[in-house]
Amino acid sequence: MASICFYFQVHQPFRLRHYTIFDAGQDYFDEFKNAQVCQKVAKKCYLPTNALLLELIEKYNGRFKVAFSITGVMLEQFTNYAPEVLESFKKLAKTGCVEFLAETYYHSLSSLYSRSEFTEQVQKHIRTINRLFGQTPRVFRNTELIYNNTLAKAIEQMDCFDAVLAEGADHILGYRSPNYVYRPVNSDRLSLLLKNYRLSDDIAFRFSERNWSQWPMTADKFAYWVNQVNGNGYVVNLFMDYETFGEHQWEETGIFDFLRCLPAEIFKHPDTDFKTPSQVVKSYKPVGTLDIHRPTSWADIERDLSAWVGNPLQNSAIAELYRLEPAVKQTRDPKLIDTWRKLQTSDHFYYMCTKWFADGDVHKYFNPYNTPYDAYINYMNVLDNLRQRCASAQAVRPIELTEAGIPVAPKPPAHQYASIR
Amino acid sequence: MFRNIKTFMLGWEFPPFISGGLGTACYGLTRAMSRLGMKITFVLPKSDPLQLSADDEPSLQEPLEELEFQNVKFRGIAARIAPYGAVRSANVKTSAADNPGSSKVGALTCLAGCDYGPEIFAIVNSYADKAVEIAAGVDFDIIHAHDWMTFPAGLAVAQKTGKPLVVQVHSTEFDRSGEHVNQHIYDIERAGMHAAVKVIAVSNYTRNIIISRYGVPAGKVEVAYNGVERNGNGSNGHNLDGKNEKIVLFLGRITMQKGPEYFLRAAKKVSQRLNNVKFIMAGDGDMLYRIIEEACRLGIGHNVMFTRFLRGDEVDKAYSRADLFVMSSVSEPFGIAALEALQHGVPVILSKNCGVAEVLHNALKVDFWDIDEMANQMYAVLQRPALHKMLSENGHSEANRLRWEDTAGKVKQIYEQVLAGVG
Repeated sequence: MASICFYFQVHQPFRLRHYTIFDAGQDYFDEFKNAQVCQKVAKKCYLPTNALLLELIEKYNGRFKVAFSITGVMLEQFTNYAPEVLESFKKLAKTGCVEFLAETYYHSLSSLYSRSEFTEQVQKHIRTINRLFGQTPRVFRNTELIYNNTLAKAIEQMDCFDAVLAEGADHILGYRSPNYVYRPVNSDRLSLLLKNYRLSDDIAFRFSERNWSQWPMTADKFAYWVNQVNGNGYVVNLFMDYETFGEHQWEETGIFDFLRCLPAEIFKHPDTDFKTPSQVVKSYKPVGTLDIHRPTSWADIERDLSAWVGNPLQNSAIAELYRLEPAVKQTRDPKLIDTWRKLQTSDHFYYMCTKWFADGDVHKYFNPYNTPYDAYINYMNVLDNLRQRCASAQAVRPIELTEAGIPVAPKPPAHQYASIR
Repeated sequence: MFRNIKTFMLGWEFPPFISGGLGTACYGLTRAMSRLGMKITFVLPKSDPLQLSADDEPSLQEPLEELEFQNVKFRGIAARIAPYGAVRSANVKTSAADNPGSSKVGALTCLAGCDYGPEIFAIVNSYADKAVEIAAGVDFDIIHAHDWMTFPAGLAVAQKTGKPLVVQVHSTEFDRSGEHVNQHIYDIERAGMHAAVKVIAVSNYTRNIIISRYGVPAGKVEVAYNGVERNGNGSNGHNLDGKNEKIVLFLGRITMQKGPEYFLRAAKKVSQRLNNVKFIMAGDGDMLYRIIEEACRLGIGHNVMFTRFLRGDEVDKAYSRADLFVMSSVSEPFGIAALEALQHGVPVILSKNCGVAEVLHNALKVDFWDIDEMANQMYAVLQRPALHKMLSENGHSEANRLRWEDTAGKVKQIYEQVLAGVG
């Protein structure tokens, strides 16, 4: 038996507007640009692909299944800029063939910097998914598939997940295959699902590449490759950005036809089917443990953190951001805390990446900046303003004193912003 | 197939007698061409002796002794050098008058872009006549003329010898004078560009001006970016940490072309936020007094220092003291100074109208008129050590990758095309 497990990532950040040291406003985000991108991608990708998935689910009577991870900041943007997209996801949720995964609401790197912040963001995401789609996620995927033992531990301790997704990077798997279920080292109940990056990237990146030896890739060819897993694996995890359909790969490339034909070709092989991550966990036992110290991710060829962390700009921005955590939380101002969290979205640091910058091959997709330097300058100006707001909020708030005259430590304010959307 | 192309090169400036990018570029390019084994006869005007004290007699012997110029033969033509302009603004005294010890500065300092004296054309014409005489006794394959002052000479030599002419444009009349072009100079530039088999521009920025303003067919205009001399300077440990006073440097002629007033207004805005920043404006020019007055009027007279024209060591000193270099040019065909700043490890902010911005990724770029953004960028570089460090280090290595050898290689390629076409 071999199963295809599709998971699509749906995310757009709240991009910042141009913000100089002379700006004093609290409107950091580029409403116009964010609405524009959201609506454009909705039209090219989210709406047509959702419609197609619904068609396939109905056509195959529930045998075709997929999973989504939709970030909280994306859901907010759907609510504000493209409510019809949210409705179409709700429709998919009702079919019972679509599983929604949990992640950090803000698509943040908090797992690396603040455990408490991380936990709160995951919980907020779970509540949001539950409210919108009537499901409680049981499978976790971290921002950009960032994963290591520490993350697995944090997830296990949250005590509400069965599995975590990660990149099936060669340097962590070695001779092992991504087509089995694994178990994080020292865990006794979590499963680990690993992305089959070759087959995933055949769709996400190579599909329209004309000088690829396998071009044009057809559904029957792809089904044949998947079926070859039978006998040396259980599951082919196809994890990719949802924007693959219609946005990264334009409609003209035939990507929608490929997806439309794929289930029929898959079902021609009696031993192959579709499963959601939770069904994979129920069906297949882990075959071994994986011990991963250095964080892996699904980005770039390095499959590490170097797209977001590592150059002096990124390090300085992230350090300043998380240094603000106590000050921000002490304000107990839900709007301010929410803004600070939106600044945690990993894209802001991705824009500061200088890895291939000199070659002109920057991380350009939806990137509002010309250079990583511009991204950094803008971000730091916003952060300066936020810091000032924290300081002035501190100044006006009376300090509670104990009987001995010692300031009372502020209570954990979690409940205060539990209801932020 | 063209192993030893022999060039008859016509220049106007050569170190140490330079006023700006032209001399530096000719020096770098010629030396690199020589290293590639290309034979060059370099014709230069000699300064009018009346303008120079005895010990400042132009010494063209000096470079000859360098091994690196072994393939270059220098030929001087006695003429009064006046690179970008011969007549000084009436109220600006020359450095020579202020400081007799460096009188050649007076003769060579670049001044008004638009204020040419009538004698410049006479000098240009007599240079052309002499160049034809020299050419008669020299064996060469191709003529290469640098900027409009040598174009009539190039045309004359080409006409006389039938050899193909290549002209190289380091700056156009539009860069120097904005929209108020000197029609006579424009006509000379245009005639030179149209008569040439190939036109070499120092950037795409300049190439576009040549195509759109001079009507030269695009297929004829090639880009050969300038390089930078390796001077052994490390990024000399530039570090913002612990520095009490920070220095922002403007280095260039104080003329309309360089946008000094935009620099000044941005300086004013930065000064309102930071009180430990000094702005150094190094250079002379027809706007100098106006800009000094403007600094006082803006109330930042105490924060802005004017050094007048700097040479050699003084330039190095200015770079090594600076924490940030700003090129606010309204129109800058290339902008070698930015590369020199980066060689000293000084981060740069470039106007988008700088040719050098096309080849530097690790620089901040701004529209020259966008004072707020310029100030925003200045503030960021001065206040954010991480940004300063990255711009300094990455910019330093990027600048060092721009080698004159590559420019010379490109020029050689162009020569080969030209000679192949001529047969």
